Amino acid sequence: MRQRRPALAALFLLFAVSPAFAEEQPAPPVAPAPVAAPVPPPALPLSVRAFDTPNDGGGSVTIEWSLSPDDAAGRRGVTGYELLRGPSANGPWQSIGVASPGRTRYRDPAATDGHPLWYRVVVLGEAGRRAESVPAGPAVSAPQWFNADRFVVAVVTALLFGAILFYIARGRRGHAPYVRRIAGLDALEEAIGRATEMGRPILYIPGTQEMNDAQTVASMTILAHVARKAATYDTALLVPCKYSLVMATARETVREACLAAGRPDAYREENIYYVSEDQFGYVAGAAGTIVRERPATCIYVGTFFAESLVLAETGHAIGAIQIAGTAQPAQLPFFVAACDYTLIGEELFAASAYLSGEPRLLGSLKGQDAGKLLAMAFIVLGTLAATAASVSGSPALAVLAAGLRDIFLVR
Amino acid sequence: MKRTVPLVITFTVGALLIVAYFIPHWPFARLRDDFNTFFDVIAAFAYIVGGGNLIRMHGRRAARQEAGWGYSLVCLAGFLAMLAFGLTKVFWREGAPGWDLQGDLNDSTLLFKRGYDNIFRPCSATFYALLAFFIASASYRAFRARNVEATLLLVTALVILLGRTFVGTLMTGWLPPSLEFLSIPQLSNWIMSVPNQAGNRAIMIGVALGIVSLSLKVILGIDRSHLGEKD
Repeated sequence: MRQRRPALAALFLLFAVSPAFAEEQPAPPVAPAPVAAPVPPPALPLSVRAFDTPNDGGGSVTIEWSLSPDDAAGRRGVTGYELLRGPSANGPWQSIGVASPGRTRYRDPAATDGHPLWYRVVVLGEAGRRAESVPAGPAVSAPQWFNADRFVVAVVTALLFGAILFYIARGRRGHAPYVRRIAGLDALEEAIGRATEMGRPILYIPGTQEMNDAQTVASMTILAHVARKAATYDTALLVPCKYSLVMATARETVREACLAAGRPDAYREENIYYVSEDQFGYVAGAAGTIVRERPATCIYVGTFFAESLVLAETGHAIGAIQIAGTAQPAQLPFFVAACDYTLIGEELFAASAYLSGEPRLLGSLKGQDAGKLLAMAFIVLGTLAATAASVSGSPALAVLAAGLRDIFLVR
Repeated sequence: MKRTVPLVITFTVGALLIVAYFIPHWPFARLRDDFNTFFDVIAAFAYIVGGGNLIRMHGRRAARQEAGWGYSLVCLAGFLAMLAFGLTKVFWREGAPGWDLQGDLNDSTLLFKRGYDNIFRPCSATFYALLAFFIASASYRAFRARNVEATLLLVTALVILLGRTFVGTLMTGWLPPSLEFLSIPQLSNWIMSVPNQAGNRAIMIGVALGIVSLSLKVILGIDRSHLGEKD
């Protein structure tokens, strides 16, 4: 019934102000009040269309319209756009929401898949004025099997996976690639040996994030290596954990590493313990351990935030040899300033392959390099295209530059 | 078997999640959320493991009166008191105690909330404040001009520090508009938005590739070092 209201209102206005109608009325006993000039309804948008929302899981229709001429810059004739939905071109119509002035798109998230729907855009004006568009449709929502917005990501992922697997296979055949020295990983042996010589424990902090964080996973691979060496040399390994799941995983990793080292008796469950999930509660606990136990070696590998410097400076104060590694760029300067060795970004993820020395795992690093080469090529081409577009004003070059930039945008 | 099952689970879940990223169709669209929910459920149960570990470790240390057992006692008392206050929602209103199991945990009369606001938060803030002193001591070591690189670091840090305060504007505010790009605040902004940003992005690209590579190796079972196999 909603669509009839403006028509009734217009009819009422017509009768109220029509001179012909006034002539048919008996003469009023008093002088007629001055009649205000009628306010016209806002102008309708030039086009309205409704279509299935692309690249979604269904249940959604998108409505697009062009701006009402009264919604142009500097004009304030439109207060919003009301969206109506109906099962047929004749209604009945149901209001599904209001878009603010200036908007030309609305997503109806309550569409039923497979059912045709029609939409109308009502331009809302001052003083309750409204103008309804003709129905647009039918639009039928349906789920898609591939998100085309992520096509470029799929191609880049496939290329990257292909390169990594190719070099791993090459490594399996015995083609070990050259890998530059990573001082922080080379120093692990020295650091563990130092703790053994001094008869003091090693402190290992696996970051301050949960087990679903990639850096924590990478940290576990380094912990396995450290635990194997520590078990071999019979050196105590302390692992304070911020999360229970990290503690459980660290215990399993260290237990398996001790078994692999042939020293199951070296495993001490009580040395891998839960402290607190609160950031500074955890730091207080870990810093307290550093001060009380005075470990000879402190290793901080994983995700860190403000606690990085508190831990590293406390370790520095007791004279421990310190190795840190994180992929958090904001924390790297703190670790570089306070630690003896720092694994920067990707070095953290390369640790497992580097420490193993296995050609197949080292091959994966070569695959990463192929990815870097690809990224560098896109960056150089994009920079050249953007510069040339800026200098020459060529739209084609601008489109090329934007396309190259979009490759790195993940939607 | 003990290693095969985790490998099969890792491969299945990892492969499904990679595929689900590109497929919006049901049931793939929900997989990510569903697996996150599974993770949260497991993590919730793990709280019990963590709490149990905390009680066992500190209880043993206090019972045996090992070195630092007093700290363990304080830790245990705090943990158990807050657990009890939180579960029973004991309050202190108008000079009298009481308890209300239906009460809101943010009610300021609850002892749980009072303990959190008046003991825990000041302690936490104090520890955070210590960071200022740690930054000072670390900067003192890092900014000593021992070689060319360290001197470069020192000069850059000075420009950034001055540029972010009123001192930078005071020192170079007199420069004519044609030389304004040499003012310390402008130089500071340029350092942060050009060389610093470029370095950050280079690190992030390397990190992203590293994560992809590590994930692929773990999903395919090529890297099993976390399962204790020879690394």
